[in-house]
Amino acid sequence: MSAANSAHSVVEPSGYAKLIASCLVALYAVISLVPLVWIGLTSVKSSTDSISYPPKVIPYVDFQPSIEGYCNLFSTRSRQTTEYIQSLPAPQGACESIARSRGMVVVGPSNYVPRYINSLIIAFGSTFLSIALGTAAAYAFSRFKVPLKDDLLFFILSTRMMPPIAVAIPIYLMYRELGLSDTRLGMILLYTSVNVSLAVWLLKGFIDEIPREYEEAAMIDGYTRLQAFRKVVLPQAVTGIVATAIFCLIFAWNEYAFAVLLTSGAAQTAPPFIPIIIGEGGQDWPAVAAGTVLFLVPILVFTVLLRQHLLRGITFGAVRK
Amino acid sequence: MAEIRVQNLMKSFGEFTAVKGANFTVKDGEFFCLLGPSGCGKTTTLRMVAGLELPSSGSILLDGEDVTFKRARERDIAMVFQLFALYPHMNVRKNIAFPLVSMGVGRDEIRRRVEEAARTLRITHLLDKSVSGLSSGDRQRVALGRAIVREPKAFMMDEPLGALDAEFRQIMCTDLRNLHDRLGATTVYVTHDQLEAMSMADVIAVMNEGRIEQLGSPQEIYDRPASMFVADFIGSPPMNLLPFQGQVAPGDTTVTMDGARIAMPALREASDDSELVLGVRPENVQLTEAGALRGEVFGTEYLGTMQIVTIRTARATVKARISSAIPARMGENVGIAFAPERLSLFRGGTGKVLASALHDVTLTGGRHG
Repeated sequence: MSAANSAHSVVEPSGYAKLIASCLVALYAVISLVPLVWIGLTSVKSSTDSISYPPKVIPYVDFQPSIEGYCNLFSTRSRQTTEYIQSLPAPQGACESIARSRGMVVVGPSNYVPRYINSLIIAFGSTFLSIALGTAAAYAFSRFKVPLKDDLLFFILSTRMMPPIAVAIPIYLMYRELGLSDTRLGMILLYTSVNVSLAVWLLKGFIDEIPREYEEAAMIDGYTRLQAFRKVVLPQAVTGIVATAIFCLIFAWNEYAFAVLLTSGAAQTAPPFIPIIIGEGGQDWPAVAAGTVLFLVPILVFTVLLRQHLLRGITFGAVRK
Repeated sequence: MAEIRVQNLMKSFGEFTAVKGANFTVKDGEFFCLLGPSGCGKTTTLRMVAGLELPSSGSILLDGEDVTFKRARERDIAMVFQLFALYPHMNVRKNIAFPLVSMGVGRDEIRRRVEEAARTLRITHLLDKSVSGLSSGDRQRVALGRAIVREPKAFMMDEPLGALDAEFRQIMCTDLRNLHDRLGATTVYVTHDQLEAMSMADVIAVMNEGRIEQLGSPQEIYDRPASMFVADFIGSPPMNLLPFQGQVAPGDTTVTMDGARIAMPALREASDDSELVLGVRPENVQLTEAGALRGEVFGTEYLGTMQIVTIRTARATVKARISSAIPARMGENVGIAFAPERLSLFRGGTGKVLASALHDVTLTGGRHG
């Protein structure tokens, strides 16, 4: 290091420290990305390439990419005799061609799209409900004299102290009695009840940080408390709300155990559906991988769109402006 | 603009009583200052007048109308907060317009009034800026803009200069008083800074432990403190307080301390308490060989044309504010004398002042409240 740099700031990390930090971040990124890349690669392999040993890694060199996995994901096929296939008119589209080359014909769409839509409705529905309830409750806890406030807050938090699946059997029995098994409403309510405690605690922290003077100023300026909440508190809590929403969404979107237990048909979400995509002679790995890749998209889009808020949300309170 | 009348106002938070029966009237167009140390109940009093806190008992009248239990938004009062409370998600123009929007004022009218308020406060050039980039002085002006734009019945100000640095505070003091004079606005101003209160207020209420210790003009409070607390709280350095034992009767014009007779304004009442305290402002102390009391110079603070000399006497430490031209050497034995017509005498037990000729003016002049 040069002499000019030796008079370093206490706060600003040195170049050396920054280099080490960058290396660690890069290493972590690589480790996290390997499974994702592998899934991406598998989704564009053929069935045989996907399970070959040694593994085929580099597209166009080791293996020829194909959209077969995606075709299989979206369609159901049936095996036919060669004579029957030859008697059919020319294939429509790439997927039909691939199926015929394997001695099969496409007979209809798969259940992936309805399951995906279920996932979207349930995850976004429960996130919306968790945030709406969580914001209202957090505001009340933050601003009003609530009897037994601390006990209530602890009680809310205590629901997170065991894994939610520990209460699976009571919930299963309860849902069966109430007719909520295998319904979207049932899953929305379930995920909301799990997420709302997280939402209350996170949002209470954010709302506590917003000085009361803002609402007081608004109320003196002629607004009701509700108007003050909407016009002054909410806009400032957006960062916290977005960060909380992302956490809630990720939980509801990825949840597997309850989905397996409580849904089987009409309300089944994508996570229990994807791993059981069966091809001929066992798991259809390229289709499973393709389903996973597409399943990652909404969370990716949501997080990227809101990443500025998310970053600010995570560091909120740690750094005072 | 309006008159504010506060009667027997009390506020308890559980076991703790923050305000113990406040009585005062703020006349139409008056600049009224609630002054006291932190925790004396001044901010709670202000918040009750503004409607942010409900009193435990007592009443608040705004222009003759009882508003004690009315909501803040129904009182037509504007408030400036210590930390400004500017909405960070709105620019300056929207911040100032915010109260007008709730009143349902038309867009052109809002524009006109916001610009007028901005001109009054000389912040027209800031109107379209974000509030987060402003200096604290500019933020203060924007907060004032938001208060004056409504033309409310009264202004509440809760230590509005507390967050400014000392240099800027001086400028804002002058600006605030000028603004007040121009608008003729009834203002209730809370501060713990006696200089702010002395330089701006028409009437000061000195508060201590939830009670109003004294109500009067800055000069009254400075010259004729009603209690030892006021005497000690106001002035820098504060009034010298010399405790002694003695008997006084109405008509007495001297007190005897350590055998020395000290002349003072004719007393108007007797004390039932033999513990007495003589109060004298540092500028009313002279160093003179003819002085009845003697002491040793303990320290000097040089302040340019003036100096503060600390003298240790047998009774207490006395500070004198005298010309820097007068020599005062450390350790020197000096005589001190007090300006007789400016002395106050307090009861040692209650700390209340004994009425004397000094207070005749006040008694005939009438009290506020």
